[in-house]
Amino acid sequence: MKNKVSKLYLSLVFLFLYAPIAVLVIYSFNDSKSRGNWGGFTFKWYLELFKDRDIKTALYYTVTIAITAALISTIVGTISAIGIYNMKTNRMNLFLNINYLPIINPDIVTGIALMILFLSANIKLGFSTMLLAHITFDIPYVILSVLPKLKQLDKNITEAALDLGATPFYSLRKIIIPQIKPGIITGFLIAFTLSIDDFVISFFTTGSGVTNLSIEIYSMARRGISPTINALSSLMLAVVLGLLLIINKRTTLQVKE
Amino acid sequence: MNSKSKYLAYPYSIWMIIFILFPLFLIFLYSITLRNANEIKTITFTFENFAKFFNPIYINVLIRSISIAALSTIICLFIGYPVAYLLTRINEENKGLLILLFILPMWMNMLLRTYAWMTILGNTGLINSFLSFLNLPKINLLYNNNAVILGMVYNFLPFMVFPIYTALNKMDRSLIEAADDLGADSFTIFRKVIFPLSLPGVISGLVMVFMPAVSTFVIPRLLGGGKNILIGNLIEKLFLVTRDWNFGAALSMIILIIIFISIKILNVLNIDKESGISL
Amino acid sequence: MKGSIIELKNIVKKYKDVKVLNEISFNVYKNEFVTLLGPSGCGKTTTLRIIGGFEIANEGFVSFEGENINNIPPYKRQINTVFQNYALFPHMNVFENIAFGLKIKKLKTKIIDNKVKRILNLVGLENFEKREIDSLSGGQQQRIAIARALVNEPKVLLLDEPLGALDLKLRKDMQVELKNIQKTLGITFIYVTHDQEEALTMSDRIIIMKSGNIQQIGTPINIYNEPVNSFVADFIGESNIISGVMKDDYQVNFLGKNFECVDYGFKKMEKVKIVIRPEDIHIVEKDSGLLNGEVKSVVFKGVHYEIGVISKNFEFLIQSTKSSKVGNTIGLYFNPDDIHVMREV
Repeated sequence: MKNKVSKLYLSLVFLFLYAPIAVLVIYSFNDSKSRGNWGGFTFKWYLELFKDRDIKTALYYTVTIAITAALISTIVGTISAIGIYNMKTNRMNLFLNINYLPIINPDIVTGIALMILFLSANIKLGFSTMLLAHITFDIPYVILSVLPKLKQLDKNITEAALDLGATPFYSLRKIIIPQIKPGIITGFLIAFTLSIDDFVISFFTTGSGVTNLSIEIYSMARRGISPTINALSSLMLAVVLGLLLIINKRTTLQVKE
Repeated sequence: MNSKSKYLAYPYSIWMIIFILFPLFLIFLYSITLRNANEIKTITFTFENFAKFFNPIYINVLIRSISIAALSTIICLFIGYPVAYLLTRINEENKGLLILLFILPMWMNMLLRTYAWMTILGNTGLINSFLSFLNLPKINLLYNNNAVILGMVYNFLPFMVFPIYTALNKMDRSLIEAADDLGADSFTIFRKVIFPLSLPGVISGLVMVFMPAVSTFVIPRLLGGGKNILIGNLIEKLFLVTRDWNFGAALSMIILIIIFISIKILNVLNIDKESGISL
Repeated sequence: MKGSIIELKNIVKKYKDVKVLNEISFNVYKNEFVTLLGPSGCGKTTTLRIIGGFEIANEGFVSFEGENINNIPPYKRQINTVFQNYALFPHMNVFENIAFGLKIKKLKTKIIDNKVKRILNLVGLENFEKREIDSLSGGQQQRIAIARALVNEPKVLLLDEPLGALDLKLRKDMQVELKNIQKTLGITFIYVTHDQEEALTMSDRIIIMKSGNIQQIGTPINIYNEPVNSFVADFIGESNIISGVMKDDYQVNFLGKNFECVDYGFKKMEKVKIVIRPEDIHIVEKDSGLLNGEVKSVVFKGVHYEIGVISKNFEFLIQSTKSSKVGNTIGLYFNPDDIHVMREV
């Protein structure tokens, strides 16, 4: 009895999670614009999607900003994490408390704070301000990923490297960084994911026609239901599904090894 | 190596001052000054912006935001706790797959997920089209508080499930067996062993749902319509439409205070878990 | 000093106002096997780390071949270290670990290959070059750690309790191997351990430390037979330590009797401590020895019997190949030169 109830409950929850997405996917193939009728199977919304200039621009900016911000924040974050690791406790705690503010603060406060900063300094909102904003909220997550790995390092191993003749810089390159590599990669992936998906902070810090996918969807959605968004949703779902399947395959392969 | 390496963090510390601390300071500054403070000599410090807030209209917005956020959080807790619990009970082979399936919607863009409900709840949406098909009158499902709550629960449920799942997963199974062995029935085991040990996860979940819920403006905007706005919408309007930065800044400060208070309260509850406090 | 390769002079080390090392001074000679021996917390590892360059002394100096190396970082010292937990680089295989120091010196690939091969032979792990670190047993990791240090041909090798994690049999085998390697390569070894048996087995000289101070420096035989105080006597080997009084030169009084002994130079009636090793006390017929006593316990230890005897309110520990029965009254005999007199610490 317990089993059946559990299974039913879980199924309901999963249904709740997937129903809206399923609806989007199905209606992306609906020839009729209205929700009610099924006008026939069609790919036309997908074609319209590919022709849509705004969406293509948005996609371009989304990916560019995400990759650039993720790369820069991973480099800066990793170097800073190494610096933080070598600090005395009190200073380290102060540093980290400030560092984690963007994570704790609601997006809207971070976004508005940065907007005020840029406008007060008379900087025009656009690509660079959006990039700066992304880097600002990405770096703390990189540090969050890398610092624990640094703390797990066996101190003797770094001493052994010095003992064998390595300068601190050589030891950093050949011994420390290879050992914290998983943390660095995770940090990059988290930063990338956050940037790809960001809405609120980007919304407040961009301008001059620079936009990203989330902002684009927001403006389209405010105008009402649009089948092109449905097509976009299906495509994004396919990409995400593909990514997750690849990740799943890789982790199960690694476990088997 | 140690003495020199700490300087590696100094460039970023300058970044933090410019892009984290200073902007927050600017918000604070705007919140306690008035609009015409363009020349330095006309800066007057005032609490007028905060006083403005104590107007029934705005207080209502705040109360509505907190109650909707709190309600959504509680709903997430009641739906999400069993989900987390059941996920820990699945056997190893299926566990990975199910967790993956649970994560998948999270990876979809948040706006798309919110928009999805528009297509279901709207007047020309799925449900109402179905009702018209049956010649039944349409129901106003969209553009009200309930739609907003639905949107919040839908978007933030995973944030409740995962901390609880992690806490439950880490739990030592032998504790349950010991309680069972000592004669406790299932309900008692849950009440006295499982729930208290999962409390840190519950606290995390509550924080991770309440915070974005109380400050979001996307969900109320798309699903709540223009009428019943929440504090996030109000802030957005003040900065982008009305351009009353000072009042907007004051409201931002108020949101920050609310969030820090809620974190403090929840942390206090967490510390008391040893003495068996119940939520 | 002639022949000394390392010299420590008045080294003081403090951790937050607590003196961990209190004016430590000693020499280490070329090609010798020196052991720093003492209980946990005595400062032996700290001393080793100061020699290696991982800690900096607050006062005093360390010199290497006559030159002050206080401010020289570890990577510039011609000293290598074998760490207690081996500290092998987990992301590199055996070859890369051992070759690490050689690569830094920018030696030619062929030369590196040869050196690694030879050192692996020396530690008995031929053809292990491609193995991953986590596939090795504790003893093997141990030997790779030693190989990695030795391949750089340091003038001095520091070893920080390297055998601590190994089981007894392996530890004893490694002790012999280490000693052989040291003799073969002619490198100076400075070894740290808390195991007094290990120190006695391997060392040319032992430096005994307690609470940041040096208690005694000497050869194993020296320290064992002539402990300078009761701490040393108690720490090295088993002992019977009795309180007494030095009546005169060559005469000591304890347990109410006068005994002939071989020590002199004490003040008349000076309070002293007397050490007699368990294996130096012989069991004889009652009344035929220097003291009588009642047997309290007999434990078979394989090599000998450990017999507890009470005589004049003092519990003696005796190691004898002869057994006895609990409750027996027996006589105890020991030679004058087996009575070691020490000052009170």
